[in-house]
Amino acid sequence: MVVREYTSVSEVTGPLMIVEGVKNVKYGEVVDIETAAGEIKHGQVLDAMEDRAVVQVFEGTTGLDTKHTKAKFIGETMKISVGASMLGRIFDGAGRPRDGKKPIVPEARLDINGYPINPTARVYPKDFIQTGISSIDGMNTLARGQKLPIFSGAGLPHNELAAQIARQAKVPGSKEDFAVVFAGMGITAEEANFFRKDFERTGALERIVTFLNLADDPTIERIITPRIALTTAEYLAYEHGMHVLVILTDMTNYCEALREISAAREEVPGRRGYPGYMYTDLSMNYERAGKIIGKKGSVTQIPILTMPSDDITHPIPDLTGYITEGQIVLNRELHRKGLYPPVDVLPSLSRLMQQGIGKERTREDHAGVSNQLYAAYAEGRDLKDLVAVVGEEALTDRDKAFLKFSERFEAEFINQGKDEDRTISETLDGGWELMKVLPERDLKRVSTELIEKYLKKEKK
Amino acid sequence: MGKIIRIAGSLVEADGMRGTKIYELVKVGKEQLLGEIIRLNRDSASIQVYEETDGLSPGEPVTGTGQPLSVELGPGILTSIYDGVQRPLEIIQKETGHFMARGVTVSPIDKKKKWDFKPLIKKGDAVEAGDIIGEIPETKIITNKVMIPYGISGKVEWVAKAGKYTSDELLCKVKSGSKVEKVTATQMWPIRKPRPTIEKLAPEIPMVTGQRILDMFFPLAKGGAAAIPGGFGTGKTVTQHQLAKWCDADIIIYVGCGERGNEMCDVLREFPALKDPKSGESLMERSVLIANTSNMPVAAREASVYTGITLAEYYRDMGYDTSVMADSTSRWAEAMREISSRLEEMPGEEGYPAHLASRLAEFYERAGRVISLGKEGRTGSVSIIGAVSPPGGDFSEPVTQNTLKITRVFWALDTTLADRRHFPAINWLTSYSLYSDQVSPWLEKEINKDWTKTRVEAMVILQKESELKEIVQLVGPDALPEKERLLLEISRMIREDFLQQNAFHDVDTFCPLPRQYKMLKVILTLHEKAALALSKGMPLTDITKLEIIDKIARMKEIPKKDFEKRIDDMIKEITSKLG
Repeated sequence: MVVREYTSVSEVTGPLMIVEGVKNVKYGEVVDIETAAGEIKHGQVLDAMEDRAVVQVFEGTTGLDTKHTKAKFIGETMKISVGASMLGRIFDGAGRPRDGKKPIVPEARLDINGYPINPTARVYPKDFIQTGISSIDGMNTLARGQKLPIFSGAGLPHNELAAQIARQAKVPGSKEDFAVVFAGMGITAEEANFFRKDFERTGALERIVTFLNLADDPTIERIITPRIALTTAEYLAYEHGMHVLVILTDMTNYCEALREISAAREEVPGRRGYPGYMYTDLSMNYERAGKIIGKKGSVTQIPILTMPSDDITHPIPDLTGYITEGQIVLNRELHRKGLYPPVDVLPSLSRLMQQGIGKERTREDHAGVSNQLYAAYAEGRDLKDLVAVVGEEALTDRDKAFLKFSERFEAEFINQGKDEDRTISETLDGGWELMKVLPERDLKRVSTELIEKYLKKEKK
Repeated sequence: MGKIIRIAGSLVEADGMRGTKIYELVKVGKEQLLGEIIRLNRDSASIQVYEETDGLSPGEPVTGTGQPLSVELGPGILTSIYDGVQRPLEIIQKETGHFMARGVTVSPIDKKKKWDFKPLIKKGDAVEAGDIIGEIPETKIITNKVMIPYGISGKVEWVAKAGKYTSDELLCKVKSGSKVEKVTATQMWPIRKPRPTIEKLAPEIPMVTGQRILDMFFPLAKGGAAAIPGGFGTGKTVTQHQLAKWCDADIIIYVGCGERGNEMCDVLREFPALKDPKSGESLMERSVLIANTSNMPVAAREASVYTGITLAEYYRDMGYDTSVMADSTSRWAEAMREISSRLEEMPGEEGYPAHLASRLAEFYERAGRVISLGKEGRTGSVSIIGAVSPPGGDFSEPVTQNTLKITRVFWALDTTLADRRHFPAINWLTSYSLYSDQVSPWLEKEINKDWTKTRVEAMVILQKESELKEIVQLVGPDALPEKERLLLEISRMIREDFLQQNAFHDVDTFCPLPRQYKMLKVILTLHEKAALALSKGMPLTDITKLEIIDKIARMKEIPKKDFEKRIDDMIKEITSKLG
């Protein structure tokens, strides 16, 4: 490893610094920067040429000059020290201790970009994770190794929901090592406190590794925060056999940082100024969820993103939805009605649900119940729009039953307490209870045997 | 030999490259990463690298191979799992572990395996390119036909006796002009160049998929090209999987281009376990999977669709019907965009390169039913089913629009239907197939002479429904005359009891053509008889109370062996209750 130091900074523009006259710079290598005032910053090579290197500076370029600033090329790509002692600790967005304690005892140093998992080495995620939340367990089931984002909006209770999932998530009937890796990018100190207090309250703090890049921390550092968090998660999962739940919030801030760098490099912008490679870049993070053949642990991801002006077609939720295995969408209207969690089940989806549910996994009637609730709720919602125009009197009895169903579905099934932990059986039984409102001949999505077994049984 | 002067992401620039050709395959850096030259300028070349470039440094060497990026064609391709540039993922996993390593060189086909070769020609025969010299049973269901490679013709000087040979062993010597050409079971072919054929034929045989909405309303012909655009969560991938599992092509090439790792894992796990409906053998016996997930290098993603189609053409030339599922072509287009923007090319619409339309056209034009080279005049076909992932589900974007210009089948996935869990979420009003008329004669001859009539009748009902729905939105359903309310009831039944199909239900997942016809026929018979009863004064409420409606709602689940009888009973019941 040859360390080379240069003072030949020729240009500083936005988050970028250009160094001239450098030799044998490696693409992606780390640069330690010392400003005239003696402050140490870190950067990474984005463009390596024969005698020039473009470096992105994580801590912001304030204080850099073109005369005294020293750039030290480390000769290796960005790595982080990891170890089991990270559990219970709080780090900043670049992985340095933020809790005033000493650095951890490293067990390994790993490249933060990781390597793509060979598709043939993956185990298909099908272990049901019970979150205790009906709208997720019943309708959009989460599996170990899945990446299921929460699409939210400003002012919606996504943090409460994420904390509740982190608190309640378990695989029923198993006692295995679990851990949570929490990465906050550009979140406020208040939000960070909320999570910390919540974890403390439930005594889960010693199972949690926290990486915090707060709203007033350097923007560009956000680019590496999720990578560091995921590297840690992979290490805990594959080397220590833990089941790791990774919460990444807020991915919107991450994408903004990406756009900032792209703009500074004067790249051809894609939609809404976000770089054309944002899909690839996001996938490098999201695809790090999974399970591997022969390894005990798993990495499950719950990224949270706030949709600018609640627009699901905005590039950030759009590209995310194309990579992740479904999405949980929060709805402002439900929130206004005072329902918690305000999960809009219609646009929500879990792609891995089919394989994770059913006999021996959750319950034999799970698929049927969820399909039936979906279909009936969708019909009820359509009718609600119709009622607004023609009035309830114009409806047939059948339609009125669907309308009533959808109202009760929101109030009883979706709505639940912030500490209410429903088992999957409670959730499904709740679903059958609601189906009683509907005419039996309209229960087409559940087989006659199941109706016999679950609906009739309860009637007796 | 040149040297690197610049690295920016997947793009590397190198100096001292004079003499190399455009699209030539090169080895980049000390780790010998695979790359392809995409621009030449005097001494320097721009190279797209098929592997991660982290850690590369200016000054490292670049060597040309003299060859364009090619695939190796030969027995052993079937049942394989490749990345975008035909590297076998299973073998790489064995050699380098769970994560993808760089600079690995592994032969795409097993060179040690001995194959049973049976010659079909003899010494002295005159042969030309495409002629079959012998056969090798490649899998339990597919026989590999060893063909004379393109560019060779002449007299057979020597041919190997029946027996076991590796794919590189000499099988035949042909005196071609003054040279003696050696023929083995393998040949190379550049992926960006279509394999030549004698003639393109009109596609007139439908590709049976067992998916009701596709076969009945929007059929794809063998040798045709279809586009499935849809926003996320609308079921592109499930539809592609269903087609790969059930369509009646001989060979399936599944290209996972820039998609999810877990989904590819699902394919890898499910295909070997599934039985091919025709042969009863594992589906893998007829399949090749190309998995280049979204976090694998972007340039290899760009190559993956070409790799897939070239493999398909190879089996087409043997006389097989092949089918390429490309999921998703948008990721391929984005890969082009990413590379083009790194080359600092002038962008076209939405930042896509100006050559987007022509690249898409070139790709889809490689579909077709053809007479392949060789004296026999074998017919084979390549069908392409390309998924498109339009940003925000908006079909007006360049990739969807340019794809629709070329493909003749459009299966429009609809977010509203998907939200209602109406699957397959294919919109019956906006989708179309230009093959409907071409394949009608075949369907009328093979399945039922009323096939087309039935299809048109049902479609008219669905069209009419959408018009009536607008009125209902304004005035409520009560304001409609009974005849039209009956039509709404029937169209609801077509939607829910015919068009909706459960990919995860044992019986419903695959619906043979005769069964499709009967199912629709029952609903239409009910319509006909009920309309008649209505005109004779029977109130609509009495009709909608009939038990037969519930029976129709459950006809999807009827097991195969009872189907004929139960359907006939249902038709009888309709006649007795309403006639």
